[in-house]
Amino acid sequence: MRLIWKAPALWVGVLFVALLVEMPALRPIFAAGYPGIEPEIFDRASFIELFLSHLGLVAAASGAATIAGVALAIFVTRPAGRDFRTIANLLAVVGQTFPPAAVLALAVPALGFGPRPTIVALFLYGLLPILENAIAGIDGVPEAVREAGRGMGLSPLQLLRDVELPLAAPVILTGVRVSVTIGIGTATIGSTVGALTFGTPIFDGLAGNKLPYVLQGAVLVALFAIVTDLLFAALARRWRPATA
Amino acid sequence: MIEIDRVAKAYDGRVVVSDLSLDIAQGAFCVLLGPSGCGKSTTLRMINRLVPFDSGAIRVDGTDVREVAPETLRRRIGYAIQSTGLFPHWRVEDNIATVPRLLRWPEDKVRRRVAELLALLRLDPETYRGKYPHQLSGGEQQRVGVARALAADPDVLLMDEPFAAVDPITRDALQSELLHIHQMTGKTIVFVTHDIEEALRLATMIAVFERGRLAQVGTPLDIVERPASDFVRDFVGVQGIGLKLLSVRRVGERMRPGEAGTGEPVAAGATLADALAAMIAQRAERLPVAEDGAIVGVIALADLVR
Repeated sequence: MRLIWKAPALWVGVLFVALLVEMPALRPIFAAGYPGIEPEIFDRASFIELFLSHLGLVAAASGAATIAGVALAIFVTRPAGRDFRTIANLLAVVGQTFPPAAVLALAVPALGFGPRPTIVALFLYGLLPILENAIAGIDGVPEAVREAGRGMGLSPLQLLRDVELPLAAPVILTGVRVSVTIGIGTATIGSTVGALTFGTPIFDGLAGNKLPYVLQGAVLVALFAIVTDLLFAALARRWRPATA
Repeated sequence: MIEIDRVAKAYDGRVVVSDLSLDIAQGAFCVLLGPSGCGKSTTLRMINRLVPFDSGAIRVDGTDVREVAPETLRRRIGYAIQSTGLFPHWRVEDNIATVPRLLRWPEDKVRRRVAELLALLRLDPETYRGKYPHQLSGGEQQRVGVARALAADPDVLLMDEPFAAVDPITRDALQSELLHIHQMTGKTIVFVTHDIEEALRLATMIAVFERGRLAQVGTPLDIVERPASDFVRDFVGVQGIGLKLLSVRRVGERMRPGEAGTGEPVAAGATLADALAAMIAQRAERLPVAEDGAIVGVIALADLVR
């Protein structure tokens, strides 16, 4: 029993999967709570479909943001890229302060409706935490360690691959975790431009004044974000002992 | 072994090292000594090209350091620094194996070398090879740092204040071990410190730096007895000079050969300071002197101040 409380990712995950698959089983509850709304459970798409599409959008955007953010951080921490550091940071800050809804509005004319503008908006929104953490992580490698590596004859590439990136990894992971968790919540607005996410029942429910759909979408997206965050936390704990 | 030939270095117009020439013979233990900012550390780092120099030449074993790729050069030269710079995410074994692995030694040779070096630095191989740096004390980390510098058996060892961050007792032990390693291997060691006591204890040759120039080059005895300038005299320390002589002179020079005495003997190769410490510890004014296991004479308290 104690084991279950010690592994919250497990029981929140079980709850999430159960709701994902068995939401229709809650029909009587919604019927009692919100009489007169038919059907009681959102059924324009299955929740599993919504989940897979939502997951795909976040994975694509966060994957791209991780690659771009880490690559940019590596570049601006090299001697050749040092001058671009302020600019890179500024661009990422602009990316994050620009509201994703506005990005969607601007991206739709160029990219059309559907998942693509959503991925662009999520990518821009998620870049800053990854870039900032990757820079902080690489900067956090002690100068003595770098100096010793150079002094023993590690090439710049070996120093980056074998020393700087492994030592920065826990900090980079924290950035990815923040970015992904925010991205899961933000992805819901993609449903306003035709992407299929847990935002679809939320916006359908708001538009049609069907509160149960809003609840169903909102609870699932919240659980999705929490499970993901807990999984990242577990991953971070596994990494720490070797590097602390 | 190392020839530094009219080397100069400036950072943004600020001269750090100017017109510096220094020959370090094979097997020498050369200490670069001076206050902070005098250019001693920069000079050390120019030898393995961590710092580029503006003019002049540096040759190691006859080869101009600028004619080889910096990585190749550095893999042939041992390098140890203050606060060790051990890779925190690598075990002791992997840290020591850094350069052998860069040189693509076969793995069984690497393992044997690691065990050998840990034993040389008085760390039990089986206990220590699997530990991470943060599990070690400061002194143990420093030992691993020295072992790592020795790993690929380089002819030249560069050490930048390697013992500055450890407590005095550990530093003393590390100095003895380094001396022992130097005597055993005959490696050429270039060692940076601002600690005159450390320099006198370790060096066969001391180069005193003053604002990017050499103020004096000589044996420890030269530096203490015949300082070339007021700067050197001040740096060596006017007040402690008598005591410093005790740590430069050897018992063998002052003993009375052939006489016999009682008590725990001191070694002929020990310093007069060691002899004085032994006398105080044993409450004796005369102690026998031993060399290669045989008593060869005695040393008396009066001999120390002759």
